Amino acid sequence: MSKRIEVNDLDVYYGSFKAVEGVSVEIEPRSVTAFIGPSGCGKSTVLRTLNRMHEVIAGAWVDGEVLLDGANLYGPGVDPVNVRRQIGMVFQRPNPFPTMSIRENVLAGVLLNNRRMSRSDQDDLVERSLRGANLWNEVKDRLNIPGSGLSGGQQQRLCIARAIAVSPDVLLMDEPCSALDPISTLAIEDLIEELKQEYTIVIVTHNMQQASRVSDKTAFFNIAGTGKPGKLIEFGETTKMFSNPSVQATEDYVSGRFG
Amino acid sequence: MTTAAPPATRTAAPNRPADVIFKAVSTTAGVLILVALAGVAIFLVAQAVPAIIGPLPEDDSFLAWVWPLTFGTLWSAFLAMLMAVPVAIAIALFITHFAPRRLAMGLGYLVDLLAAIPSVIYGLWGIAVLAPFLQPSYVWLAQNLGWLPLFTPPASGTGRTVLTASIVLAVMVLPIITALCREIFLQTPRLNEEAALALGATRWEMITMAVLPHGRSGIIASSILGLGRALGETMAVAMVLASSGAVTFVLVGSQNPSTIAANIALRFPEAHGLTVNMLIGSGLVLFAITLIVNAVSRIIIAKTTVDGGR
Amino acid sequence: MTTTTTAPRRETSNPLTAGQLPAWGPWALLGVAVLIGAAVSGLVAGASGTDFSIVSTVVIGYVIYLVAITVVSQLIEGGRKATDRLVTGVVVGAFALALVPLVSLIVTVVINGAARFDMTFFTWTMRNIVGEGGGVLHAIIGTLLVTLWAAIISVPVGIFTAIYLVEYGKGALSKAITFFVDVMTGIPSIVAGLFAYALFALFAGEGVRSGFGGAVALSLLMIPTVVRSTEEMLKLVPNDLREASLALGVPKWLTIAKVVLPTALAGIVTGVTLAIARVIGETAPLLIIAGFTTNMNYNVFDGRMMTLPVFAYNQYVSPGVQEQAYFDRAWTAALVLILIVMVLNVAARLIAHFFAPKAGR
Repeated sequence: MSKRIEVNDLDVYYGSFKAVEGVSVEIEPRSVTAFIGPSGCGKSTVLRTLNRMHEVIAGAWVDGEVLLDGANLYGPGVDPVNVRRQIGMVFQRPNPFPTMSIRENVLAGVLLNNRRMSRSDQDDLVERSLRGANLWNEVKDRLNIPGSGLSGGQQQRLCIARAIAVSPDVLLMDEPCSALDPISTLAIEDLIEELKQEYTIVIVTHNMQQASRVSDKTAFFNIAGTGKPGKLIEFGETTKMFSNPSVQATEDYVSGRFG
Repeated sequence: MTTAAPPATRTAAPNRPADVIFKAVSTTAGVLILVALAGVAIFLVAQAVPAIIGPLPEDDSFLAWVWPLTFGTLWSAFLAMLMAVPVAIAIALFITHFAPRRLAMGLGYLVDLLAAIPSVIYGLWGIAVLAPFLQPSYVWLAQNLGWLPLFTPPASGTGRTVLTASIVLAVMVLPIITALCREIFLQTPRLNEEAALALGATRWEMITMAVLPHGRSGIIASSILGLGRALGETMAVAMVLASSGAVTFVLVGSQNPSTIAANIALRFPEAHGLTVNMLIGSGLVLFAITLIVNAVSRIIIAKTTVDGGR
Repeated sequence: MTTTTTAPRRETSNPLTAGQLPAWGPWALLGVAVLIGAAVSGLVAGASGTDFSIVSTVVIGYVIYLVAITVVSQLIEGGRKATDRLVTGVVVGAFALALVPLVSLIVTVVINGAARFDMTFFTWTMRNIVGEGGGVLHAIIGTLLVTLWAAIISVPVGIFTAIYLVEYGKGALSKAITFFVDVMTGIPSIVAGLFAYALFALFAGEGVRSGFGGAVALSLLMIPTVVRSTEEMLKLVPNDLREASLALGVPKWLTIAKVVLPTALAGIVTGVTLAIARVIGETAPLLIIAGFTTNMNYNVFDGRMMTLPVFAYNQYVSPGVQEQAYFDRAWTAALVLILIVMVLNVAARLIAHFFAPKAGR
């Protein structure tokens, strides 16, 4: 269920502009890796290249390798749609489908792909996914109301349930708590701790306390200036990164001296 | 910064057949529109050629035949714009800046209703209500201001003059211009308006300082768009105007120029042979005029809304 | 905005309200002006022996009000405020002026149209009818068939074009399509009719008339409206939703078909309804290519087909003996047409209001 990701010398471009340069990271299965860094350093961009969601942005392309248990996502003939079925994503703002009920939202990955599934299997999947996202008890009596009727934090957990319903190997989270209040944030962080048992998780966050709380490893990205590409500065155990980083820029950033 | 080209072959994934078909269908639909528009031009030209080159039964050349109609088209549309544009701007200002906020939407909808009414009904109204209502004032104008070339007597006995037709046209294009102006006035940067008000400007001073300068090109573009509609409007003119085909500037007389569109509508049902080609030829002239007018207005709109949206 | 509600309701003088007309001032002035207008037109009517004219009352009253408010405001409040008051008067007047034709037109159509608003009118055709009687069944069927076919042609083309423009289009082709769709909105309806005639004359020879030709002409007018409104609606669908769907491993076409289109559906239906409302009253192109007939014709592909707007036109401009019977039918057809257009407009707004997905945030 959980796979290793290996990024080898990855460059990301927007048109002819090089946005990120020379990223190499190894992400272990069943771990949480946090990407931190100042705005515009390319951490979200790198996250998106891990399931080829960057291709949605016009003109974006990559050079380099991303290996999922040894298979290159950017190998010839690889279908991005299949990649995304194995590597799920949760976005900054909760985005349940407004035309669908809670139940349908959880089943979206199945329904939208025109896959057939018996009613009882669907019910199982809905319950399993919502329990997995710690949402089941709050919504089990109202599965047929629109997903947009929930609170922001509940919506985000619904989106996580939707992402894990397709049984991905990896879960990418792009600042999943930035639009949420502190209590909802705590609920998501607890959830990440649990999801770690089953999934490889990569999370982008602006919040350094969050990174130190939830992640096993941390990658610090930085940018030298506007117009320059973002770079991976340091990658290591979270405890080490926050207590005794080996690069000065990392120390400046985690101690709040800039960014 | 390095320059590089995306490696086209590497990331190109095998496309799913359904994806390819869906994209192809969408693209085809778009191309179909271009083809249809080209078809309009080609078919009209093909049908118009016999009239443009061939000798016509009545007049010596196609140009001589189509000129009075073109004049009438331009003249009536010009008169309509003269009346519609100031009123439309005033209405747009009223709805955006003068009316109580809660009423504004509803009032805007009332003006939009004018656009929803089919043109044939404007025609009926023009003949049955407006023309008889205006006729006495035409007599008065011809009697008292007859020395002006615009009001040379004798006045029309029915009131179905080019001025009446233009008033109907003005009413018909009013909602079009108003709707666009309204949108443009609403887009005035709030900061500019508030800056003017904070300087102690009255509402009208704020409008002249912030709203009108911001909306100037938008007003022009929407007026030209309305002009395009006025040029091509058929039924209302065909029904209201009692035309003799004369080239004259007189607004209130019984001799009135016809318009291209109205002339086609009136003569096409009974036309045959070369007349059909002549009418289609005049339609081509109208098509060309409206095409130019609309293209100009679209270009102005496109230039002014560079930052406005997508 | 027109009244200053911030002024305190105390009788003691507030320095901020000094040198200012009271809120009731303009209204009082307007009342006086209209009274003077009525008096003047009453005098003129008395002198010349004509009827008392409400029109001249309103016009004279309005002009007197504009002059008076400017002068009074100039004296009490100063020149700047006076200009503001004058403009306010002019702008409100312009709006009222625009309502005059609307009200007059609707009243006229309803009053004149009521005469023949009966069962015969909706159940008879004009076959073998001379003088009184007869109905518009053939024209109603014709209008429905022609509009239906126009919708069948233009809705798919319009929606897919909008999908192309929003979801796929980049570069020159998409720019060209956007530009020409805009240009197309300005095609005069009569030119659309001529095009359909020229097209069908190729296959069927000179003098061709058919309902389907009318549908082709109408779709030329309808497509740009459908494209525009659908495009707007698709753009309103948040990108988040497309990304959410793609991130679930849903192919792009299914994302469009199952996420984007359903989210925009209410708006698209509204746009299509408004487009239908716009073309259902078109007369000129149908006059050219669908022609007129007094008989029922269910076959859109062959023969002349009567439609409501053409019926109204034809009855009014070429009446037979017993003119009034023809005029009455024309007005009633106009009334039916207005009702259809209004129902479509209201329906469009209701759809937009009730079926739009409830936005959560």
